[in-house]
Formats: sequence, structure tokens, C-alpha cells
Amino acid sequence: MSPASGETLARPGRGQSGESREPPVGVVTRMSIFTRLFAIQGSWNYEILSGTGIGFCVEPALRHLPGGPTGRAYHEALARESRYFNAHPYLAAVAVGALARAELDLVPGERIDRFRTALCGPLGSVGDRLIWAGWLPVCSLLALAVYGLGARAVTVMAVFLGAYNVVHLSLRAWGVHAGWTHSLRVAPALSGRLFRSWPQYIARVGAALAGVALPVALGRFIGPGVGRGPIVGVIVATVVGSVVLARLQGRIEGWRIALGFLAAFVLYATVARHV
Amino acid sequence: MTGSLAPGLIALLPFALLGGICGLDVVSFPQAMISRPIVAATAAGALAGRAGLGLLVGVAVELIALETLPVGASRYPEWGSASVAAGTLAAMSPVGSPGTVPVAMLAALCTAWVGDWTMIVLRRWNAARARAHVEALDAGAASTIVGLQLWGLTADFARAGTLTLVALLAWRPVVIAAGTHWALDPRVSRAIVVGTAAAVAVTAVWKVFHATAGTRWLFCGGLAVGISLLVWT
Repeated sequence: MSPASGETLARPGRGQSGESREPPVGVVTRMSIFTRLFAIQGSWNYEILSGTGIGFCVEPALRHLPGGPTGRAYHEALARESRYFNAHPYLAAVAVGALARAELDLVPGERIDRFRTALCGPLGSVGDRLIWAGWLPVCSLLALAVYGLGARAVTVMAVFLGAYNVVHLSLRAWGVHAGWTHSLRVAPALSGRLFRSWPQYIARVGAALAGVALPVALGRFIGPGVGRGPIVGVIVATVVGSVVLARLQGRIEGWRIALGFLAAFVLYATVARHV
Repeated sequence: MTGSLAPGLIALLPFALLGGICGLDVVSFPQAMISRPIVAATAAGALAGRAGLGLLVGVAVELIALETLPVGASRYPEWGSASVAAGTLAAMSPVGSPGTVPVAMLAALCTAWVGDWTMIVLRRWNAARARAHVEALDAGAASTIVGLQLWGLTADFARAGTLTLVALLAWRPVVIAAGTHWALDPRVSRAIVVGTAAAVAVTAVWKVFHATAGTRWLFCGGLAVGISLLVWT
């Protein structure tokens, strides 16, 4: 676990003042941190959440601390970075970059601990709004629209994975870069226009896309040549079902109701009609 | 594999492997959303030689999966291995079997439900392992951290692969039975399935987007475009 060959060991920065020279961490270390980000939730659990994952991702940078991977600074930093942490997995890249830089700048441990604690909330809520409740459903709806318009299976998959992962990969790469560049002063980067306005734009695109995607996807799903009966039935079922589910919101999830309904339907279609 | 009724355990292993990969993608690695039903079920269908049928099931499950987004540390069904199981079951069903889509969809929902439970067990297990190594973690032992990560990833892969295999073995007889005993028209059956899924999807879309100003009008505008496309194509 020594620094990669060809890389220069970092010199201590001036962490106390907040201004520091960029530690000379090489491409190999940066790539190692970036690839480890994909496994940041590898040992996710209900006690330290993604804490171990943060330590896992920051570890290649910590090898550049004075004393190297056998030194006291390395072990103290790694222990600190492996404690409880919670964030959206993609935006955790910001934390990884910022914490790696802070450790190499030799910022005092207490200050890093406070910074870690302060980061958890924003990185979770911003990521949830932007990705889980924004970009992911938009990409699903886009793929459903493409399916409804008659695309082949491979095209539907490619559209979904391409659209989703352009943002996914960019966000992870930007996160590490922003964290590394701004270190403990990364907060302004998270309150920028991207994170304030984009969730609203994405929601509007998603709403319009949902309107287009649902009818065309349903049309293709049922298939051509079917009479008006099934089409009208589906529309009525969708409207009535969605109103009922909206009223039940908070009490039971829609997928559980769908499960019960489908179980009853399969039973009826295979058994009850023969009795 | 097309239309095969009784593939052996060895023949199911590639699907279990795919289920393991897709289940791993849900949380642990790499979260590139290959675990989404529209991808996972289609990939399983393609692996079995009937990508179109996998896509059909994937679309229906995707509509329902829109409701359960992995926000925060909330509990949600594990769609990755469930979708692979559903896509495989659909693709392995007898050609022209009318009950394929409803039964595959039911299998997906049940497997996703069990998958949720298995993920919770795994997370508790991960916590127990971390607790057992707390001294090494406090000492900043890199080997312990790497070990915990690798163990978590391996266990999650094994969990998802096993779940897929068990789901395939458990649901295959049901798919076969549905092929011979199904008493409804296939298009009517599909209409009922997609109507159910669409109701969940509409509610999900409303829940996710309604807080933003103007989204109701945009949805209505999109709906007009969508219905026009449906009528004209």
C-alpha cells in the first residue's frame, strides 16, 4: 500500500488558514479514488451507513500523508474518515474530494469531524431531489416514451442507460473535482444554480414527459388491433386506480396494492374460472 | 432457450449471474441503474433469446417501480434481481402462452418484496461485521476497511444471485401452469396488467412532480401530445 510509483509525496499545506497549495497527488491516485466511488455503498449498513465507504474511497489519497501508509497520520485520518457518514451516493464524491484534500492539507481532526457532520444533510437532500426524485424518473419516462414510439429493445435500453449515466458519471466526476478544489469551502458549490434550479426544470420536463410517455407506452403494450373495449378499460382503470391510490397515499404503497390485485387476478384467470 | 419449459439448474446459472449483477447495482456497485426493470428484464429476455418479451415485462414493472425511488435510507423493493427473474420467466414461457405477462409481473413483485427483506438482513449483517471489527476501524486499519467493503459486495452479489435462482425455480411451475390453465384473452390480460401498473405510475408521477409550479399543465399538455400520437400511429 505504498504510493503509486511515479507519484510525489505531498508536502504539508497550510491547513489552519484555509489557504493551501494543492497537494501533488497524481493521476493514479485520482483514478483510484474515482473508481472506488462506484463501490462507496459496498458495506452500507444501518449503524455507520456509508462511513466505511468514505474511508475506502479516501484511502488512496491518505497514503500521501507524512509518514506514508504506515505512519500515524495515515491511520488517524483513515479512522476518522471511516466513521458514520450519510449522503447521496453520487454526491458523496464531493465529500470524498473535500475530505481527502482537508486531510492532505493537515487540517486539524476536530475541524474535519465538524465538516463531515455538516456535509451529511445537504449532500443527502440535494442528491435525493436532483437524482432519485428528478433525473431517475425522467429517464424512466423517456425510455417508456421511446418504447411507446416503437423502438427496439436495445434502443430503449441504450436511451435509458445513456441519458441516465451521462448525468450520473458527470456528477461523480464533478463532485470529486469540486470537493478537491474547494475543500472545506465547498458549500458555495452546492448552493449554486445547478442545485437550486435544476430540480424544478427536471420536474417540469418529467411532468410533460409523463403525459407523452404513458399513453404511447400503454398503446404499444396492449398491442395493435385490439378493440376499443380494452383501451377504454385501461384508461378508466388508470384514472380510477390513480385516484384511489392518491387517496391512500401515506397509508399503503401502490405496489403492494398492485401485488394483491395481480395475485387475485392470476388466481381468477387460472383457477376460479374452472371451478 | 425459446419456449423451453424445464431448463435445468445449470441452464439457469447465467440468469442467476445476471440477477446477481443487477441486484448488486441497486445499492452496492455501481448504481448505474442497470437494475431498473426496463433494463434488467430486457437483458434477461435477450439472454434467453426473446428480448421483446423481456422488454414487455420490463415496461410493466418499470411503471410500478416509478413509485419506489431509493430516497434516503428508506425501504424499497429490490427491483434488480426481481426484474431479471421476471424477464427470464417470460422469455422461457411457451410461445403464445396467454398468462405469461401477468404471472411474470406477479413474480417480479413478489421477488422484489422478498428482495427488500434480504437487503435488510444483509445491512444488519454488514453492521454486525463492522461492529466486530470496531477496534481495527478505530485504529485506521486499511485492510479491515477493504475487507468489509469486499465482503459486503460479495455478500450482496451472492444474495441477489441466489434470490434470482430461487425465484426462477419457484415461479417456473406457476408459469407453466398458467400456460395451460389461463382462461382469458391475452390482450385483455395485458390490458389489466398495464392498467394496474399505469395507475401506480400516474400516482407516482404526481407524487414526485406535483410540488413544482406548472407541472399539472405540462402533464396535461404532454398527455394531449401522447394521446394524439397514440391515435395517429
